Parts: sequence; structure tokens; C-alpha cells
Amino acid sequence: MERLNVNISHLKLDNPIIPASGTFGYGKEFEDLYDINILGSISIKGTTLHERYGNELPRIAEFNGGMLNSVGLQNPGLKKVVDEELTYLNKIFKKPVLANVSGFSIDEYVKLVKAMDKVESVGIIEVNISCPNVHQGGMAFGTDAKEVVRITKAVKDVTRKPVFIKLTPNVTDIVEIAKACEAEGADGISMINTLLGMRIDIKKRKPILDNIYGGISGPAIFPLALRMVNQVSKEVNIPIIGMGGISSSEDVIEMMMAGASAVQIGAANLVNPWICKEIIEDLPNKLDELGIDNIKDIVGVV
Amino acid sequence: MRKDKFAIIENEKIANDIYKMVLVGNTLGYDKPGIFAEISIDLCYLNRPISMSWVEGDELTLVYKIVGKGTKLMSEIKTGNEITLLGPLGSGYNIEAGYKRPLVIGGGIGIPPLLYLTKKLIENGIKPKVILGFNDAKEVFYEKDFKNLCADVQILTLNGTYGNKGLVTDILEFEEYIYSCGPLPMLKAISNKCKHGQFSLEARMGCGFGACMGCSIETVNGPKRVCKEGPIFDKEEIIWKD
Repeated sequence: MERLNVNISHLKLDNPIIPASGTFGYGKEFEDLYDINILGSISIKGTTLHERYGNELPRIAEFNGGMLNSVGLQNPGLKKVVDEELTYLNKIFKKPVLANVSGFSIDEYVKLVKAMDKVESVGIIEVNISCPNVHQGGMAFGTDAKEVVRITKAVKDVTRKPVFIKLTPNVTDIVEIAKACEAEGADGISMINTLLGMRIDIKKRKPILDNIYGGISGPAIFPLALRMVNQVSKEVNIPIIGMGGISSSEDVIEMMMAGASAVQIGAANLVNPWICKEIIEDLPNKLDELGIDNIKDIVGVV
Repeated sequence: MRKDKFAIIENEKIANDIYKMVLVGNTLGYDKPGIFAEISIDLCYLNRPISMSWVEGDELTLVYKIVGKGTKLMSEIKTGNEITLLGPLGSGYNIEAGYKRPLVIGGGIGIPPLLYLTKKLIENGIKPKVILGFNDAKEVFYEKDFKNLCADVQILTLNGTYGNKGLVTDILEFEEYIYSCGPLPMLKAISNKCKHGQFSLEARMGCGFGACMGCSIETVNGPKRVCKEGPIFDKEEIIWKD
């Protein structure tokens, strides 16, 4: 359906719906549920240079408006992701994907991006500088404008594929960070990653998460994500992939009106694994109701 | 995995904080012991993973304990309402392990899936022995149900208010093969007293179907998801942590 088409960088997506990194694995858990080729794209589980088990359990907590996780970038490492996971994903999903990568040093980011540059099925490299669940690197990079500059510059030098920097909301001024990315040649911004939070087991007087703190996701963060996307979209000219608590076709439209060219669906996949399909099917009805011809016409209207 | 609506025909307290919910709907694929479903509960963001304790025709029985907000809300749902299940999920027990007289041993809210397991073992010509442990007489449930299936059932309570006094491991002799479900310290103690066995592990889950890695544990064969490769694991595979 043409009216759902969106453009981000040189890529034309059939629709703006992309499952977010870490909530869709490499597609295997969803391929039997529905035809995943209806998706605009897929952002793969965050990849690190070396294999990571991640944090100890419990890694999951809940609250009224969503959930917290402290998974800590569990993944089989770059080589296996490229040789096995992306090879398999390419068989079941026939469109370019977003390769989400996370490093613990500039050198690691460079190695990851170099490797993903060579993978044909990778359409966009999503550089995660905002994981709140690792104790070195991760969010520490994304909260320091100087580090953001260094990483963006370094990775842009080693790839011709579009680079989207995934930003953390755990900063005083996200606009400043986004501008730094743009100035160093980033092709786009993915925002927002999770917000750092915690829950306490009041009987045990102990944090629920073994990692103590974890990333908040789900509907509670939607208004905050929306506000940040809106602020950034007014100050930068590169496209934004908006995410944070999106759970319905109305949320998608709202996020795009705020300034996002495409969206990612995260936590909602975990509660309702058919949510992306349901949203894609519902979007044309919503556009009709609102008198919108093409979804790309609403990007940044607010 | 499907998303199915079930009608609630029973939701009753059967012991202290322990409830039994009987559902009617599409039970296709739930017919294996140790299988669970993610249950959607109004006012809770995440679904709740609960094991099947009996499957018959178009009926599923879940026995659950009130341990927090989700299970409390679940206990307040009136019969006649509908509830949505995401399932069937998990690997289930392997009932063809090849042992003629295995021990089925469980504690507390780990006991429910063992009832259906016991039934399936007996249907397969296996004659299990059963040991069930509870904290207190007020928490005892399913005694009759097990005794209807199987002649050799022993009950213990920690404080001696019902059955023999003590922990299930107090009367446990070294066993060739064990099927178990219960609190982690109990499972760990049991694993030291058997040659082989299958253990049902528990974890806080995000999705329940393998997408989020929220319940991933380290095993001797690398990381495995409690929800997907588990929740039943062979003794040889489990790395017990403190």
C-alpha cells in the first residue's frame, strides 16, 4: 500500500513500522506468527564485538505503565550474528534491516560498523550509544557530547551505509547531542532508548533487578519520547526514527506528527507479539479517519 | 503460539493463597506436562506465566499462588468472564526418559504441573512414586488428586502440621531418575540426590516466548531461555548458582 511508504535516508520502506532492537530477536520467534515481510524493516538484537551473556537474573520488572529490563546486551557476538543470525534472517525477511551495534570503545564501534558495512542485507547501521544496562561504555558514551562526536566521526569514516545514532534520554539536553551527531555526518537519529529506573521488593528491602537499575520502556515513556523527538526534529535536518512506548496506530501517527520519519515498536511486541501486524493493518483505517492521504505527509507537522 | 480467549468456569481458593482456575477454550497443543501460558491480566502491563496443571478435552486447569499484584488480580476475576492466553509455551517434560519407576517430587506452588505429569507417566505405563512438600497444613492441596492417580504418595509439611514433618529432601534417598518442580533451593538439594532428572525452573519473564532474553540462564550448553528451551531442563544441563 503506497500511502504507507516512507523514506529514511536512501531507503524506501513499505511502511514506517520497525520492531525495535532487543524486542524481536532476529525474527525467529515471530516468523511463524505472521508474515514478517509486511514490516517496514527490523532492528536486530544489539550486537557486540564479543559474545555476551549479559546481567544476572532477575532482568525484568514491571510497573503500571510498562516494564524495566536489565538484560545487558546478551548476544552471540559479531561473528555469529553475521554468519548465522543475519544469514538466516536474510532468508526469512527480504528487505534491508537495521544492524544495531554496541561497543565498549571507539575501536570496537569501528570494527562492528566495518563488519556490518560488508553485509548486503544491512540497510542502516544503528549505532547504540545508549544502553543503560552495561557498566562501561553504553550509555556513558551517549551522555557525553564529546564522546558522541568521536564515535560518530569514527564510524562514518568506515562505512558508506547510512548511520543512525541511537540516543539515550538520560541527558540534560538531547538536542545538543543530536546536533553533535548531525554535525559529524550522522545520517539519522534513533530515539529514544530506555530511561534508567528501578523497582524495590518491599518485603525483601532489595531491588527487584539483580543489576539494581534497568531501562524503563512501555506506554509510560511515550509522552516523554514524543516531546524529545519533537524538540530534536526542530533543530536537526536528518531523519528521526521515533520510539518509546508506541503501542497503537494512533501512537504511530502521533510520533510521526512530532517529527519521526519512521517508528520502532519495542516493549509492545513482548506483550502482544502480533502488535506490529495489527498496527500495519490498522494504519490505513486511521489515515482514512483523519483524512490523511499519505502517511509521509504528516511527518513533523506539529 | 496462539492468542486464544478462554471462558473462566471456575476460580476458587483451594488452600492458603492458592487458587484453582478452570478454563474452557482451544486447548490444542497444551496437552503436554510442564507447558505454560502467558496470561493477560487487566491492569498489568506484562502477561503472567502460569503452568498447566491439568488438561482434559477443552478444559485447562491452572493452579496459582498469590505472590503479587498480578496473581491477586487474577484471583479476583469472576467466573463467566473471559481471559486471554498466549500459548502453548515452553518445552514441557519428556515423559519418555526410559525409567520404569521415577520419583516425582515437588514443593508448594511447584506442585501443580506435576499432577498432569504424573497422569501422563502412568498413561505411558510408568509407575512413579510421589513426594510433595508444603510449609503448613493450610497450604496443602492436590493430595486427593495425586492419590487418585497413584498409590505411592507421601506428603510432608515443614512444621509437621500435616503428614510427616520436614523437607522433601529429608526422606529422599538417592534416586535413579527424578521429575521435579519447586523453589530453587529445593531443586538444588534434590539434584544432589539423584543420578538423572528433569527440573522445572522459574524466572521473571518479559515475553515468555523467547524474544526479550529476560529469563536467559547460563547452562553447560551455553545460554538458554527458561521460557523457550525450558522451563524444563535436564540435570546435566543446569548450572546451579547460589
